[in-house]
Amino acid sequence: MVEKVDTIVVGAGPAGSATAYSLAETGHEVLLVERAKTPGEKNVSGGVLFGSVLHKLIPNFWEEAPVERTITKRSLILLAGDSSVSLDFTSPKLGKPPHSGYSIIRNEFDQWFAKRAEEAGALLATGIRVDTLLWENKRIVGIKAGDDEIKANVVVAADGINSILTEQAGLRKALQSKNIGLGIKEVIQLPHDIIETRFNLEGNEGTAHTYLGCTKNYPGGGFLYTNCDSLSLGIVVKLPSFYNGAKTKAPEFIDHLKQFPYISRLIKDGELIEYSAHLVPEGGYRDLSKLYTDGFLVTGDAAGLALNIGYALEGMNFAIASGIAAAKTIQRANQQRNYTKKTMKYYQRLMNQSFVLKDMKTFRNAPAIINNTRLMKTYPEVINNLALNLFQSNGSPRPKLVNLILKHILREVSLPNLMLDGIQAVRGL
Amino acid sequence: MTTKIETKLGTLRYNIDKEAHIQVNFQLCKNCIIKPCIIGCPAQCFQLIDREIHFQYEDCIECGTCKILCDKKAIQWNYPRGTFGVAFQKG
Repeated sequence: MVEKVDTIVVGAGPAGSATAYSLAETGHEVLLVERAKTPGEKNVSGGVLFGSVLHKLIPNFWEEAPVERTITKRSLILLAGDSSVSLDFTSPKLGKPPHSGYSIIRNEFDQWFAKRAEEAGALLATGIRVDTLLWENKRIVGIKAGDDEIKANVVVAADGINSILTEQAGLRKALQSKNIGLGIKEVIQLPHDIIETRFNLEGNEGTAHTYLGCTKNYPGGGFLYTNCDSLSLGIVVKLPSFYNGAKTKAPEFIDHLKQFPYISRLIKDGELIEYSAHLVPEGGYRDLSKLYTDGFLVTGDAAGLALNIGYALEGMNFAIASGIAAAKTIQRANQQRNYTKKTMKYYQRLMNQSFVLKDMKTFRNAPAIINNTRLMKTYPEVINNLALNLFQSNGSPRPKLVNLILKHILREVSLPNLMLDGIQAVRGL
Repeated sequence: MTTKIETKLGTLRYNIDKEAHIQVNFQLCKNCIIKPCIIGCPAQCFQLIDREIHFQYEDCIECGTCKILCDKKAIQWNYPRGTFGVAFQKG
């Protein structure tokens, strides 16, 4: 194995492959190291890939990349027992490239992306776990993997949410449970024509759902999206839920979700073909790691770059954007032959200017809403009860709409709490 | 309708290493009352048998939940060595 390369990227997920591809494309030497035998085998996600950023890197990528369905329908659904209230949005505009979202199978997609980086000239080394950073005079100068030591001008951490390298570099403290969600997902196989009928889709159109009210009394939510011939169904529960003497064990949360009639009808006769779990950074802007130091950059989940604002979840797109910014920083550093903090700081500047950190800053108060358990249980119940009263004629006189709304909400939520939640929602969203 | 954890994990492919990638200091578990690892591990690798924690790394799906939940610092956590561990076919 080579003993010195210009840049080492650790982790062949979207952040790592975007970094390696961008560097290789412009003729820069880069080694992409991945612990799985094949890139993608360790990676799990629970959402839609938005296309706009990747399109800038690989124009019209959707024509060659293994994407499943183009998401043309989005729904936010409040579940309460056997009832549900949903807000649906459907428009061909959602499916219009390059701003469209795609459902993807990560094993296939990440493999394709890493291969693209390799074809562009990156060295791809798989089946190698990076154990530690290599230091000289208190500066990061490379990586150690088993007995191998490889030096580099810059090491890019793209090693995911449990980034051991970012901690070793001293750029973040150990992750705290309050800032992390546990995502659990099942992939359920169904024939594509049944998916199309059941979800009212045509051809390769797809849908993505977000659920609230499905995580008992704990902060979290659920999701579903359609692949070509399978559904990805999952939940995300905040980790502190497991401290409260939760009677529900982690794997049972997804069983609970599947019991709602709304869900059980969608997955009926489907076959479970994969179970998986992955952590989600949910601390937002305030819980980001430091992004750089001498000869070292942090990208994607490793830095905590993800956004959860209840109705939308974004991570892969942020990862790709950060990878592109990291590559630009390294290209510039290579020209200047300077790899100190001074040149690495350019990455922070690019990220500050990008939609990634702008969005994370705008929604910096969103994590408080995600932690509000009233949002997860009380409001979905209240709104479902209200809907029942609105649409059911039970022989008694109908109250006026405003009175009905106030009656239902104030019966379950005290006025001060209602006001606090309102303020929180305005601040956060 | 609950699905057994064995059925869920049965959908997965593993290449199991001879050595464990996670070490648990069971002495420290004795002082832990809430034992969040048992509840939080999505692969149910932690079991309480005769009031003692038992851990088996073979079913681990490498999420990192146990490391973050454990406030007794009883868990020495790492990924499996290269090529070992779970291999998601979908993800």
